[in-house]
Amino acid sequence: MNGPHDLGGQMGFGPVAPEIDEPVFHTDWEKRALGVTLATGAFGAWTIDESRHARESLHPATYYSASYYEIWIRALETLLERHGFVSDDELEAGHKIWRGVTPKRVLHEGDVAAVLARGAPCDRDVSTAPRFKPGDRIRTLNEHPETHTRLPRYARGKTGTIEAVRDGFVFPDSNAHGKGENPEHVYTVCFDGRELWGQGADPALTVSIDAWESYLEPA
Amino acid sequence: MTHDHHDHDHHHDNELDPFAARVRALETILTEKGLIDPAAIDAIVDTYEHKVGPRNGARVVAKAWTDPEFAEWLERDATAAIASMGYMGRQGEHMQAVFNTEDTHNLVVCTLCSCYPWTVLGVPPVWYKAPPYRSQAVINPRGVLAEFGLILPEETRIRVWDSTAELRYMVVPMRPVETDGLSEEELAKLVTRDAMIGTGLPLRPGSREPGALWPAADEKGAAS
Repeated sequence: MNGPHDLGGQMGFGPVAPEIDEPVFHTDWEKRALGVTLATGAFGAWTIDESRHARESLHPATYYSASYYEIWIRALETLLERHGFVSDDELEAGHKIWRGVTPKRVLHEGDVAAVLARGAPCDRDVSTAPRFKPGDRIRTLNEHPETHTRLPRYARGKTGTIEAVRDGFVFPDSNAHGKGENPEHVYTVCFDGRELWGQGADPALTVSIDAWESYLEPA
Repeated sequence: MTHDHHDHDHHHDNELDPFAARVRALETILTEKGLIDPAAIDAIVDTYEHKVGPRNGARVVAKAWTDPEFAEWLERDATAAIASMGYMGRQGEHMQAVFNTEDTHNLVVCTLCSCYPWTVLGVPPVWYKAPPYRSQAVINPRGVLAEFGLILPEETRIRVWDSTAELRYMVVPMRPVETDGLSEEELAKLVTRDAMIGTGLPLRPGSREPGALWPAADEKGAAS
């Protein structure tokens, strides 16, 4: 979707303003927000793609005025409600009212280290041979789905070069919506700065994205 | 549809930050339902506050600087090379190391969300996840680097890696001059988080200032 999250090339947000000696967390609630997000992710009820889509589906005014942990928590409330774990009236009350759905797994303290060390690899075997090889010229699709996609707007309808063929990976455009993993080959695709940003671009700039095969067609 | 709870001041009206109350309410509900274990939350926080952070990545870089075989492995299969040092898992499942050279400076961003190599750098800083960096890194990287005090020669090529899929990138900066004879451990202390994102360079030994990448003519004289 052409949501507020798709930020590449936008202007007007002001300086980056890196914070000197930034702490890992700024408040205690940020710590809990991280922990609750990871612990509920361990339910196995939704995928990382669905959770990304929940975040980018926030209203743009909300998205741009929220810190990233706020974005996470707002999206998490949506996911927990969507999957029946909590209800709107519980969020209003701040306490359990209903029993709700029971998840496949609950993350306990003793399992945290192993779960974090395992992660959630999303490489998958793809039965077909890669359609492209390094050096091939490609053009990215110029499509504007209302659903989740990982092809950023600034790189749509652009001509670039395949730099590397990566593993097969779960296809987020379908997986985010519960329509299966449908893994595809992923490629690192390079674009000349001028192809993306016109003649005013930095002449020494190359930008790459990692693109699923169905985002690409031969140039 | 979305809804807003944060204006409700029930139970937690002594909180200064309304979002703190909202997160506490969520944690309370989930705990009462037995869906989360507060001790597990503590363990997650402890992991990223104290155990997993940019010191991991710095050790990887220092090893690559001192061990050409490891550097080659890191370039070819970063996930395995990094795992051999014990750093693996969440948001580092598929790693790619990109090496700065005299000609090319690498910069990592996630324009679409906040993808970041947690296993080697920990959780990302606020600016990495915020709109100014995510919007500008791909279109005006030199302007972004200047905000970090990093001015590169005009002819230096800039390669921006937008982490749009599940590969997580770490930059391996060039080893600065003036570091001959330093141990791997001493070298690791020079490798900053920003140097591994690409928004900085390694430090000068004994200083918080970036070290020189190439010996300038006057520095050559001063050092000898």
